[in-house]
This record gives sequence, structure tokens and C-alpha cells, in this order.
Amino acid sequence: MIELDRVTKRYDGRSVVDDLSLTIRSGELCVLLGSSGCGKSTTLRMINRLVTADAGTIRVDGKDIIAFAPEVLRRRIGYAIQSTGLFPHWTVADNIATVPRLLDWPGPRIAARVKELLELFRLDPAAYRGKYPHQLSGGEQQRVGVARALAADPELLLMDEPFAAVDPITRDALQSELLRIHRATGKTIVFVTHDIEEALRLATLIAVMDQGHIVQSATPLDLLEHPASDFVRDFVGRQGLGLKLLSVRRVAERVRRGESAPGESLPQEASLRDALSAMTAQRTDRLPVADPAGRPIGIITLADLVR
Amino acid sequence: MSGRAWFATPLLWVGLLFAALLLRMDLLRPVFRWAFPETTPLIYDRASFLELFVAHLTLVAVAGFGAAAVGVALAIFVTRPAGGQFRTMVGTLAAVGQTFPPVAVLAVAVPAIGFGARPTVIALFVYGLLPIIENAVAGLEGVPHDVREAADGVGLSSRQRLFAVELPLAAPVILAGIRVSVTIAIGTATIGSTVGALTLGTPIFDGLVANKLPFVIEGAVLVALFAILTDMLFARLDHWLRRRRGL
Amino acid sequence: MSRQARVPAPPLATPRGIGIHDQVLFALVLAAAVATLISGFVALAPNRLVSGVPASLWISAGAAFTAAIIVTALLLLAVSMSPQHPAALAAAALLAGAWLLLTVAALGYAARTLIVDAPPAARVSAGPAFWVVAVCAALAFVNALQRLRAGLVLMTAAVAALCGGIILFAITGAFDALSIVREYAARRMLFGAALVRHVALVAGSVGPALLVGFPLGIAAARKPRLQGPLFAVLNLLQTVPSIALFGLLIVPLSALAAALPRLAAIGVGGIGPAPAIIALVLYALLPIVRNTVTGLAGVAPAVIDAARGMGLTRAQIFRRVELPLSLPILVAGLRIVTVQTIGLAVVAALIGAGGLGTFVFEGLGQYALDLVLLGALPAIGLALAADFVLHMLSALLPGARRG
Repeated sequence: MIELDRVTKRYDGRSVVDDLSLTIRSGELCVLLGSSGCGKSTTLRMINRLVTADAGTIRVDGKDIIAFAPEVLRRRIGYAIQSTGLFPHWTVADNIATVPRLLDWPGPRIAARVKELLELFRLDPAAYRGKYPHQLSGGEQQRVGVARALAADPELLLMDEPFAAVDPITRDALQSELLRIHRATGKTIVFVTHDIEEALRLATLIAVMDQGHIVQSATPLDLLEHPASDFVRDFVGRQGLGLKLLSVRRVAERVRRGESAPGESLPQEASLRDALSAMTAQRTDRLPVADPAGRPIGIITLADLVR
Repeated sequence: MSGRAWFATPLLWVGLLFAALLLRMDLLRPVFRWAFPETTPLIYDRASFLELFVAHLTLVAVAGFGAAAVGVALAIFVTRPAGGQFRTMVGTLAAVGQTFPPVAVLAVAVPAIGFGARPTVIALFVYGLLPIIENAVAGLEGVPHDVREAADGVGLSSRQRLFAVELPLAAPVILAGIRVSVTIAIGTATIGSTVGALTLGTPIFDGLVANKLPFVIEGAVLVALFAILTDMLFARLDHWLRRRRGL
Repeated sequence: MSRQARVPAPPLATPRGIGIHDQVLFALVLAAAVATLISGFVALAPNRLVSGVPASLWISAGAAFTAAIIVTALLLLAVSMSPQHPAALAAAALLAGAWLLLTVAALGYAARTLIVDAPPAARVSAGPAFWVVAVCAALAFVNALQRLRAGLVLMTAAVAALCGGIILFAITGAFDALSIVREYAARRMLFGAALVRHVALVAGSVGPALLVGFPLGIAAARKPRLQGPLFAVLNLLQTVPSIALFGLLIVPLSALAAALPRLAAIGVGGIGPAPAIIALVLYALLPIVRNTVTGLAGVAPAVIDAARGMGLTRAQIFRRVELPLSLPILVAGLRIVTVQTIGLAVVAALIGAGGLGTFVFEGLGQYALDLVLLGALPAIGLALAADFVLHMLSALLPGARRG
């Protein structure tokens, strides 16, 4: 659990983060959302003390982070950034092993962990271990960057616009992987972005920021249905609100259990937007739904989408 | 590098030629006799070339290692928060200092400290600092910001960041500075013969003074080969450094 | 070598609190103080060929100058410990300028007073303390200007004012008792001729080097295949120490002069300006070619593409787009070459090419340090002046703000 309690950061007398309070429960994927200059990155960087707060306290699992030496704190918190910051003179394996080495893990354990992480990110260990960052594509570099952040199995992962610099198709794939890894590991993740679609897709909790303040923190659905102010409403975007609403709800919520229908089945984790898209493409008003193992569990109809 | 590739490099041939001339210049006596029938002796005889080379190499090596150690240390200091105030002044000094002709620095410094090898080393050291500092500062400041930030973010201490990330990344640029510095030092040390240091330049000056062209040629060829050979060794070192980084 | 690297302004210290706010100024004053305490401000020698007996600042320059210099230094120390407001920085610049002028004036005064009671052959030269204090004062001056973030105009005006002050001292005869000035007085005609010869050597080498190097650079930029072998040869030449190259050129040139008496009649020979200029041209080629290639390669392809799209011919693109855009880098190359050639031309005196190096090597031969200085200081001055002027020129170019 992370608690930010009345945190303030000033540069040249101007408050970049102003009296900000926020609680993020364990296992949450919290997205700090806002336009550039709103203080979201500064907020993130205060959690691992890359930036020192001028006032207020930050607690991780109940302990004030001031009690730790900055390096010790950072080795316990994963950190991934937009430009990856991979060390260009180290191989992929060396990069991923950075923090385990700092923590003096034994060699075989480090090697096993590198292999495990590469597999988790669907990079063939034999092919990728010895490569240098400049030999990787942007998406691969980003995967290695996140793998490095996860290497020492931190309870908390901080991500600063990690997917902003990759092309839309790669970004989509990386987002799916992050969701998969979040579900698989249950890590607490704080994720900074200015992209509303990305926030809606990933977050369990969205904190919308403006001028150093949090203007609303809510689940994606709440944010869409009950924006706290005109600012939030504008930021979320009035256009396509219906589609955005569909995109934050899962097929599992609306499934009619026990019934069956012909057609290609939808995974229950798919969004209602995906369901609408699939029905339109297959020119049908009902589709079967399957559980993660692929077993049919029921159907969903066009009418269910707008229920 | 495979044995065959090593064999084919100019480095080996230039090295062999240099060693041969250094040890057995007298084998060329007939050539000199044909070209300069009136001059005697034909081969420089006041000191052996090997002796001159060792003295020359010692001057350059002592000054070069000293300048590299002190220059890199200074560059590290001014690129840390503690030394940040000195960054601009050190940069200015290194840039302006390099406009001073090295021979003028040598000619002014050496008589002021006293003639001989020791003052020459001091002059070479001081002048040699400038390109090393300039390059080392550029190299350390050239480490991409995101890499530095990531190093902090994953929890490297500032010392670990310096040794594991910043210095290795800056190494090729630092090496380029040392290469410039050593090239200048070899040339300037040659002129050091005029202020009492023993170097491969000594036959050149003795030859110019006594109007014995063979001495001039012998010294000049050896000095040129020494400089070229050193530069080739630096090129090899640079190649090795970059290959280790997978570049 | 990245000589064209711009030096950023130093970070300003926190504006509040007591402490050393300007560590650089503090260190400079401290260094000057230590040098003054442990070494001689001037040295008095019985004649021009032996080294002198050091005399401290207070003994040689008298109470008034000593007090003035110490008070100025203490004021600077106080400024270094006060908050860095623009007013304090301006005061630091003025004080540092005054410090330098006082020190220089004290040197002239010390020489005049010491020489009065000494035998006619006696010489007074500047000691280590003078040089250290003068350099520290000059650096303190530059430091203050940099912290003020002085622009081009202010910087030039300040340096010109300081140089003007020192030249004024010199014209009024303030330094006439100094050994180096007496060496100059004894060789007034020779000095003028050597200076002219030095400049002629530099111009006579840089000019032809430009004529050869610029087209070579353009060719290499157009045909990248040329670059490998071309730079290999030029790098090799640059690596060979100057005196070795001079020596190696003696043989073919003297053979040429022997074979063609008409060439010998116009001054071509193994010794003299001919081998010097050839060697200096060869050394000058690398920086010129390299900067031409870098400059032309640095022009964004999109710009050239746009120019072509608007229907400019190749020649028009070169003249109106590529050349103006790469001019700052070309001028930087010219600056590097000019400074380098001024230095190398000193060495050329060894093969009888003349120039300021004549005094340097003559002085070294006689163990007469002041004669060495008479050659070396103007050479350093020339190099600094060329560097400064060409820096100004490239800063004034229209494309200078780019990148």
C-alpha cells in the first residue's frame, strides 16, 4: 500500500505538486493521468525519491520512505521509463540482472531469474540474452526495460509513460502483456500517462491530475459515468463516451450463462467494446463466451451491451 | 581476432620496421653512403637509438599516465554536484590552454623549472591534461540523461553509477582525449631535445646543428614511426573498447 | 578534439545564507595568496644569462602596491562569500580587472626600483608569484563575466578594456626596466621582421591549405567512399611530429633545388621557408577537410530535398543552402587550423624558416629565458588573438544560432 499524505514539491517557488494526498491499495494498477506539466511524473518520482518532497510524507507499506537510504528504497521498487534507460554497454541479460546483482543474489539464481523474465515477456532467452540494446526494436527494448524493473521481484512497480514512444500496434501488445503480468503477479503498479485510452484500458484506479492537484480519483467506470468536474469531463472526452464506457466493462459482467450460440467465441475477459466489434464484424447479434481455458460458459447479445 | 588477421595488420609491419631500424640502423649504412658520400659518420653514434627511444618513451609514458589519471579525476570532480561550480572555469582553461602552442609552453616552462628530463615531463604532463580533461568532461556529460536516470531509478549509488555506467560509456571519448594528448606529447618531447631531454629528436637537432643530414633522416624516420605506431595501438584499443560494447 | 564545444554558464549558488558562494573565485584568491607567500614576485640577476635571485612582492614593489593588491584580494574574497547578485558579480569583475592591472603595474614599478641600484648588466624578470597572480586575476575576471552571463559585446568590450590598459602601461614605458623589454629593445628591427615572417608563414600555409582542402572536403562529402583512404592519409600526416616531417622534407627538397637551379634561385631548398610551408600545409589539411565534410554532412537532408523540390539547381543548392548552413563549422575549422599553424610555425625556425621561433631557440641555446619569452609570448598572443577573432566571426555568422 502506498500513501501520499499532503505532499508538496516546489521548483523556483512554484508548486509543481501541491498538497497532494492519494492512497493506492496493494494490487492496484493506479494510473496518474493528466496533460504534460500537471505534476504526474514528479509525483511518481517522489515515491522512489528521485525527487525529494518539500513537504508531506510518503509511506510504502506503512513505513515512511525517508527512513530508507534512497538506493535501498529504489532497489525494492521497480522503475521503468519511456526512453527505457537501458545501459547501452550491457547485454540484455546484464541489464535485467542489474538489481539482483546489486542485492548480491547468487549467480545461478540471477541466471534463472533472467530466463524466467525473458520468457514472461515472450522473448526467447537463447536469442535475446546476449544482445545489446541497440540491436533490439523499440518494443523489445521496452519489454526489457520493464523486465529489468521487475527483476528483483519488487512489490511495487513505477512506470513513467513507458509505452509512449512505441508505435500503436506494439503499444497495444505491450498493454496486453502488462495486464497479463499484473493479473499474474498481483503487483502494485503506479503508471503515468497522458493517454486516456491507455488509462481506461489498464487502470483499476485512475487519478486525474491538473496543476499539481488530483481532481478526481476513481475507477475507470466511475470516472466515465460520474466525472467530478467539467475539467474531468473535457479531459475524458465527450465524444465517443459510449464506446469508452463499453471499453471499461467486461463481457463476464453481462454473460447469459448456460445458453449457447454459433460463431467464434469471445473470451470472458474481453471488453464489451470488443464484443460489439466482433458482432459487427460477424454480422450477428449474439456470440458465445468462453472462460480462460476455452470452455463455453454462455452467450452475450447485442441488447446486453446497452443494458 | 584470428591469427591470420593479426598477421595481416599494418600494426605488425610498422612495428617490425620500427624495431628493425631501432636495433640495426647500421644495416642502412650503404644506402646513406651512396646518398651522402661526403658525410661521416653516417649513423648517429653519440647514443644508441634504443637508449634514445627508451628515454623518449619514458618521458611520454610518465607524462601520459599522469595526465590521464589526474585529467580524468578532475573531469569526474567537476561533473559531480560538489565540483559543479568549477565546471565552467575548467572548461575555459582547457579550451584556452590548448590554443597555446605546445612548443611555446615547453620553451617557457622548462627553463623556468630547470633544464633536463624532469621539467620536460612536467611541461608535457600539464599540457597533456588539457585535451584529456576536455574529452573526459564531454564524455561524462554525454551519458544520456535517461540512462543516468535509470541508474538512479534502479538504485545504483552515485559511486556505482560512476564506475558501472558513466565511466564505461564515456570510455571511448576519454580514450580519444588520451590519444590526442599522447600524440602531442610524442611530438613535443621530440622538441624537448632542445631543452636538455634525451629523445629520438636528439639526432635531428644534432644533425641540423652539425649539418649532417643522415642524422636528421634517422631521427625523423624513427620519430615518425614511433608516433604512427603509438597511434595505431590507440586505434586498436579503441576498436577493442567498442567491440566489447557490441558496437 | 572538440574545441568548438561551447562552455555553459556556471550554475549560480543558492542566493541565501553565509558561506563560500563563489568557490572558484575563493580558490583563485587563495592560490594567488599562496604563490605570493612562497615564491618571488620578480627575480634580479646580475646579467641576462644567469637565473636571478627572487624578491617578494613587498620587498620589490613597495608598501603602496603591496597594500593595494592585498586590499583588492581581500575585497574579492569578501565578494566570493557574499550572495551572487548581479551587483556583486559586477563588483567582482571590476575588482578582478583592477587586481590584474595593479599586479602588472607593480611588476613594472618593481623592475624600475630594483634596477636603479643594480649594475648596468643586471636584469629584472617576472617571478612565479607574478605569473600566478596575473593568471588568477585574469581567470577571476573571466569567471565574473561568465557568471554575469555576459553577452558577446560585453565580453569583447571588457577584454578590450583590460588589454588596452596594459598596452597603455607599455606605451608609457612602465615596463622598460624589465628584462624582456630590454631584449626587445636590443632587437627591435629583428623582432618586427620575425613577427611579419611568422604571420607570412601562417598565411602562406593556411591559404594554400584552404585552396586544396576545401575542394577535397567537398569531394569527400559527395563521395563517401573517398573518406576512408583520404582520412587515413591525413590522420597519418597529422600524427607525425612536426620536427620529423620538417626533417624528412629536407632531403627531397634539397635534391630538387640541386637538380633545378631555377627553383633554388627563388628560395626553394632543403632548409628555409619551403619545407616549412609544405609541412604546415600538410598539417592544415586534416582539420579543413574534416570540418568541410562534417559541415556539409550536417545539413539536414530534408532541407536539401525541399530546395530540390523548389527547383534549385545543384550549384544553387550548394551556394544558397549547403554553404551558408555549414559555414559556422567551416569557420571553426579555419580557427583550429590557424591556431595550430601559429604554433607549428614556431618549430619551423629550427629548419631556418625564421619567424618568432628564432628567438625561442636562440634563447634556449643561450639559456636566456627572456629571449625565449620574447619569441614565445608573442606566439601565444598571436594564437589567442586568432582564436578570439575567429570565435567572434563564427558567433556573428547568420547560421551561428543553429544547434
